[in-house]
Amino acid sequence: MSEVLNFHFVVNGEDFTSAGQASMMMKRNLRQLGMPPEIIRQVSIAMYEGEINMVIHAGGGEADVNVTEEYIEIILADKGPGIKDIEQAMQEGFSTATDSIRSLGFGAGMGLPNMKRYTDYMDIDSEVGVGTTITMRINLQ
Amino acid sequence: MTVKELANTELFSAVAMPHGEREINGVYIGDLLSWVMGRAEADNAWITIMSNNNILAVAALADTSCIILAEGVSLEDSIVKTAEEKGINILKSEKNAYEISVALSSML
Repeated sequence: MSEVLNFHFVVNGEDFTSAGQASMMMKRNLRQLGMPPEIIRQVSIAMYEGEINMVIHAGGGEADVNVTEEYIEIILADKGPGIKDIEQAMQEGFSTATDSIRSLGFGAGMGLPNMKRYTDYMDIDSEVGVGTTITMRINLQ
Repeated sequence: MTVKELANTELFSAVAMPHGEREINGVYIGDLLSWVMGRAEADNAWITIMSNNNILAVAALADTSCIILAEGVSLEDSIVKTAEEKGINILKSEKNAYEISVALSSML
């Protein structure tokens, strides 16, 4: 037992209009694995928010999704500017997105809170000037 | 009520309808994408005035049954094509979000 399926995605930071591709591919993969719809929705929302954040703030990054019998783990790693104050960033409504990003409907300050809300575990490892790695898990049992 | 049935009513017209058989179980209104992502429920009809590419990803990932573009908002052809490819239903109406939801509340 304990078979782990790994899915790896490169998130392109230059193409904002196609952001979400990794999440959409992952959604399709989970459907093929026969995951329950509510679990797929949780993973999709959490991963999309993270993907959008990497595109908006970090110029892209990499996403790894590990599917085990116990949980689905999403690891998002970027070499962006890092998060100065994580506690502040976790507050609903706080955002550092620019006006042009806001005009597209982003920057509501809901990204990180949504990620926390739709996952069972979330850890943010961030260093200013070095990058950010976010690990999220959604329990399957 | 299905998306196709709604598209056949006077108030709405179909922009893209690859899965007209999907059932609509309620309505969500919003233009801030992360907010919609976190709050809309699966199978909701999502009413918005946003018209950029990113609405497709939000609708697909939050699993809404259709996007309803309010106030006559139109989409670029390339976005409509992508919606068809990705299986995302889009309807439009000349009415505003309030008028649309009032109409939907008596239909659903």
